[in-house]
Amino acid sequence: MANSSLSKKNAAEVQAAQQPLSVISIVAPAVGWLIPGAGHLIQKRWIRGLLLMASIVLMFVLGVLMDGRIYRPNGGDILDILGFVGDVGAGGLYIVSLARDLGQGPIAHATADYGTKFLIVAGLLNFISVADAYHIAIGKKS
Amino acid sequence: MSLALSHFNAAVLFAVFVSTVFGITQRNSVRDQVRYGLYCFVMFVGGVLLAGWLMWFLRR
Repeated sequence: MANSSLSKKNAAEVQAAQQPLSVISIVAPAVGWLIPGAGHLIQKRWIRGLLLMASIVLMFVLGVLMDGRIYRPNGGDILDILGFVGDVGAGGLYIVSLARDLGQGPIAHATADYGTKFLIVAGLLNFISVADAYHIAIGKKS
Repeated sequence: MSLALSHFNAAVLFAVFVSTVFGITQRNSVRDQVRYGLYCFVMFVGGVLLAGWLMWFLRR
């Protein structure tokens, strides 16, 4: 039983590795990064795409509303650099928030640190979502 | 506009969003996605409650 599911998984991976790169396998992750969930939507995974979009966008918006800090590109402290890497995963949301100068104010209350974590995790979840969109595009996942 | 959630509300919202994404991305069939999402949610909230009680006992 376990061997058969393992061999099925291996067969799917081999099949995915043998397929040449298609346009959708490049476009889906790119669009998915820019607009969370859109990588699934353009592949007609409507419910999954909408749920991913709602989760990631709401998490990011709540993070901003909680006065979370948005990290700018920096070469300073390692935690600041990692914070930036997490934030940048949110794609378009991150670009818009930087353009509107959001998340730069002083922290006014104790739970604002949760806001910072919400922002970083929203970006990291979008990275996972992008990888999933890519796996669907190459046929590794249905 | 500033939103000041309680610690517990923030943790539950965090669990809802992360469990949704984990469920969708880490499993293939719809049934497995729902089950895994619920499992993650229970683990997150259960961990919060457990950690909360542990801290309560440590404080005493």
